[in-house]
Amino acid sequence: MIATSYAVPSIIVFVGAAIIIIVGALGVITFKNPVHCALSLIMTLFGVAIAFIAQQADFLAAVQIIVYAGAIVVLFLFVIMFLGVDRTDHVHVEPLVAQRPLAALGVVITLGGLVALMAQSHWVTGVMSASTDGKPLESGTANVHQLGTSVFTTYLFAFEATAALLVIAVVGAVLLARRERTLQADEVEV
Amino acid sequence: MNPLLALSDPLFDHGVTGVIILIVLIKIVVGFGALMNAVILMIWFERKAISDMQSRIGPQRWGPFGLLQTMADGLKLMGKEDLIPAEADRFVFKLAPFLVVIPAFITFAIVPIGGTMHIAGHVVQLQMANPPMGILLMLAMSGISVYGVMLAGWSSGSKYPLLSSVRASAQMISYEAALGMTIVIVILVTGSLTTHDIVLSQGGNILHWNLIRLGLVPFAIFLIAITAELNRPPFDVVEAESELVGGFHTEYSSFRFAIFFLAEFMNTITMSAVMVTLFFGGPAGWVPPVAHLKWIFPILWFLIKTTIFCFCYIWFRAALPRFRYDQLMDLGWKRLIPLSLGWMLIVAGFLISWRWGLLMGSVVIFAWLVLTRAFELGKTRESGPERVLPTIGQRPIPGSVIRKMSEGDS
Repeated sequence: MIATSYAVPSIIVFVGAAIIIIVGALGVITFKNPVHCALSLIMTLFGVAIAFIAQQADFLAAVQIIVYAGAIVVLFLFVIMFLGVDRTDHVHVEPLVAQRPLAALGVVITLGGLVALMAQSHWVTGVMSASTDGKPLESGTANVHQLGTSVFTTYLFAFEATAALLVIAVVGAVLLARRERTLQADEVEV
Repeated sequence: MNPLLALSDPLFDHGVTGVIILIVLIKIVVGFGALMNAVILMIWFERKAISDMQSRIGPQRWGPFGLLQTMADGLKLMGKEDLIPAEADRFVFKLAPFLVVIPAFITFAIVPIGGTMHIAGHVVQLQMANPPMGILLMLAMSGISVYGVMLAGWSSGSKYPLLSSVRASAQMISYEAALGMTIVIVILVTGSLTTHDIVLSQGGNILHWNLIRLGLVPFAIFLIAITAELNRPPFDVVEAESELVGGFHTEYSSFRFAIFFLAEFMNTITMSAVMVTLFFGGPAGWVPPVAHLKWIFPILWFLIKTTIFCFCYIWFRAALPRFRYDQLMDLGWKRLIPLSLGWMLIVAGFLISWRWGLLMGSVVIFAWLVLTRAFELGKTRESGPERVLPTIGQRPIPGSVIRKMSEGDS
């Protein structure tokens, strides 16, 4: 039934990408060593990028690799190496009270949301996007052009708000990390 | 057929047949062979040029002018014992060299080394691949090659490589921002991401080259950022011999070390080629009006331009002292990123109209003044809250500490 609506190569690509994603995701939660977990995360991100390319969202795929694999996971690894937490700790004390029940609640909400979404849209592609009234993006021409137009017109407010949020986070992080200390006159670097 | 392929490469316009697969395979094999040979020549060229600049003779024993020295070194390295340190993380230790060398090769795949040819009735672009995401592939691959360096240092289980990998990750991420911003400037005037279009838009005479068209500054930023990204001198704090032994590849020996060595030079060539593509019109140049020579001259132009940049890197290494780590971070964050942002605003303004361009120019000058003042203030005053906020909740205590605490000092 699936084969009637999808060509064989796309199914192979989809299954391959799905296997990469799932194996990577399982690795993230099962490996003992945090560095191995981060590596599995990169594997998952690559799988998602392959899935994006199969859906002709090549710009998203590139950004996925550049931003997530190229910057964010590098920062994770940086912190892991810098703080030397690449040894396994046996956590006897709950760092946050009621962390586990809250996490379970979060999982339930996410799963519920996914099921609710899938009930109303196509089961594989999830096509029901607001910007194109359920139609997929025009195939081929100017992926970036379409994305840019919608980000800077329809979704301008959300885009700018996200940018402002990120700036606030950065400024806040700098403020929290710095300590009050007035340099002496002879300490000033030229 | 995937419409994505047909979008950028005319080779796939009429479906995929056996001949087309053969053409693609030939392109890959020729590209790989050319790059490997170029690496061997580049290593020889660097050693020769550097010894000339330092009044030495350099390699001269093997082959004419010492040309075969690299082959001899490669054979010697292959014959050596392959050591893995006892403290090493074996899987990651073996994986890391490939994470450096594969991105270097993939990046070269998108560089146009010539115009187009007609083979067996098909239009063939003289570049291994022309994906619609184009130059973003280069950014993605430079993001991946960070892992190679980082993981090589970490997995060695030794302190100097670890220090080196921490430096590498911070440095490469810092300069990636400025790098990306200059690429955005190039994309703004080109209106397309593919390298083929970037080169086409710079055709014509020398005034159309992005170097002139964008006003030198983006090229200068790109050159500095890419040198830092390559970890080449003067930005080679990652493998600073006087501080960190050999940096991230201290513990590597035999063929794994050879792979790192290969990757470094491969990256140098690839990035020179990318620079030529982005700012110097790639294969653009004078072509004689003879029908049978039309395809070879663009390749020659490309080779000449790339060789000049390869020489520049060698020149940097011989002439410039190494940056200190904090100077390197200052240059990246306080100079290059604001400058590239400002220049992008100005270029975008001028693309709309000269009025907007001048407005953006004045905005950028104002922002520059504010920034200069802020840096001055920051030099004499470090301000912030009186104390750092207390941590939320209880910190987890490692099992070993708890055991020690319960055993007590009795």
